[in-house]
Amino acid sequence: MAYSEKLIDHYENPRNVGSMDKNELSVGTGLVGAPACGDVMKLQIKVTPEGIIEDAKFKTFGCGSAIASSSLITEWVKGKSLDEAGAIKNSQIAEELALPPVKVHCSILAEDAIKAAISDYKSKNSAADAAE
Amino acid sequence: MQRARKRVTLPDKRVSEEAFNMNELKAKPIYLDYQATTPTDPRVVEAMLPYFTEKFGNPHSRNHSFGWEAEDAVEVARAQVAKIIGASAKEIIFTSGATESNNLALKGVMKFYGKKKPHLITVVTEHKCVLDSARHLEQEGYKVTYLGVKENGLIDLEELKAAITDETALVSVMAVNNEIGVIQPLKEIGAICRERKVFFHTDCAQAVGKIDLDVEDMNIDLMSISGHKIYGPKGVGALFVRRRPRVRVIAQITGGGQERGMRSGTLPTPLIVGLGKACDILSNEMAEENARLTELRDYTLARFRDRLADIYLNGDEKERVCGNLNVSFAYVEGESLLMDIKNIAVSSGSACTSASLEPSYVLRALGVDEELAHTSLRIGIGRYTTKEELDTAVDAICTAVERLREMSPLWEMAQEGIDLKSIEWAEH
Repeated sequence: MAYSEKLIDHYENPRNVGSMDKNELSVGTGLVGAPACGDVMKLQIKVTPEGIIEDAKFKTFGCGSAIASSSLITEWVKGKSLDEAGAIKNSQIAEELALPPVKVHCSILAEDAIKAAISDYKSKNSAADAAE
Repeated sequence: MQRARKRVTLPDKRVSEEAFNMNELKAKPIYLDYQATTPTDPRVVEAMLPYFTEKFGNPHSRNHSFGWEAEDAVEVARAQVAKIIGASAKEIIFTSGATESNNLALKGVMKFYGKKKPHLITVVTEHKCVLDSARHLEQEGYKVTYLGVKENGLIDLEELKAAITDETALVSVMAVNNEIGVIQPLKEIGAICRERKVFFHTDCAQAVGKIDLDVEDMNIDLMSISGHKIYGPKGVGALFVRRRPRVRVIAQITGGGQERGMRSGTLPTPLIVGLGKACDILSNEMAEENARLTELRDYTLARFRDRLADIYLNGDEKERVCGNLNVSFAYVEGESLLMDIKNIAVSSGSACTSASLEPSYVLRALGVDEELAHTSLRIGIGRYTTKEELDTAVDAICTAVERLREMSPLWEMAQEGIDLKSIEWAEH
């Protein structure tokens, strides 16, 4: 399959690979996909008290497009507010990486992953607020 | 004129040196996909060449020397093909390849005998062209039983025995699987079929030249052979059709009645000469070649096992053809692995490499977990593979697996001792 240069660059030099402590209150974790389907994405965000994403990390099991999609979204969400990050659409990722039609689901997974990470962060922190 | 001449300048020395270095740096791709196809042996090409030009006659022309010359060459090739499977030359029908041979065997036999015996038995791990022929027969009202396979990829002989009925005309079981390289027990299957008076067809596209084949000893009634899997040309194959006891088939291509009425069409003399020569080379060199390939295969697998944890060989380790390794590299998706090793030509059972986005049906039939099917590579070793190439390939694959595992959330979870099966994944 012929991939775009941007996609290959993200695959060969993925940005922000790694993990953060998922138990930390400032960290939100999204784990989406399934091994049987051939894609699993773990996306983590570290959020400042002001609600800004100061860091993002990912780990992905999946094809080159899935790895590139997760790498790209970690770059995009850094410095954004939770609302801004949650507004990222899979079509923007698909367009940026010029994903072939059969790989569009990889960008959907990346959108799901950031949404899951944001909701994890929010539920952890509202639970913490309630506990206080 | 003047302008055109002016434009012809000597190449810039610096630029041409740069181009030269670029070529030096470009690593030569390594071909490890011998189950997909093989390069034509130069000795085969040499044997074929005269039949394109000076010996171009139609082998069916009965009235002049051009025809006789071509016919003689075809008959030499027929004997060379027959010899490698222990058949007589008259039992060999030339076709366009194993796909056509399989179509002719299944449809041809079922349509001849189907009125009294409308039942066909085959196996779920057969090549698509056998399965698709069976599906077409089903649509026409024939009955088909698809045998499953055991975890090692082999059929259960008791299950075969139980499946045969008085209505069974044909049993079709491939000799060597194209994905996982396992060798079915042909002799035992042949004995069962002969005892029950059922014809036995075997797709030997991946078996010829890899294992000893003898249609008498194994009681094989029909056998499909491919040219391009055995260092012969693409576009030619053969079907062995037993004469005693006689097997009848209904032709699927009709016309001038060539090939004893079973397959019409002018024979492609150069391709047939090539197929014959490829068989002739194998008759002489097979034992030595397979000993070398077996050693290389075992060496390669041992190197993978030395360096990487959590890898699984798909298909039986012993009942396996010499040039095939099919390995799952757990926690690493196959297509991303192929992307990382782009200078090495191998295949993957991953869904992402197939048009259907479904993981390999062969691996699934073995009971390989879908997640492991996504992580499999097929490494095909053949006549021109060197140990150095395998060393380079193993290093590249292992480095890629290590890099991708560092990136894999599944590998991370496995290292933390989390049972991946205990997680409720959202299937998408």
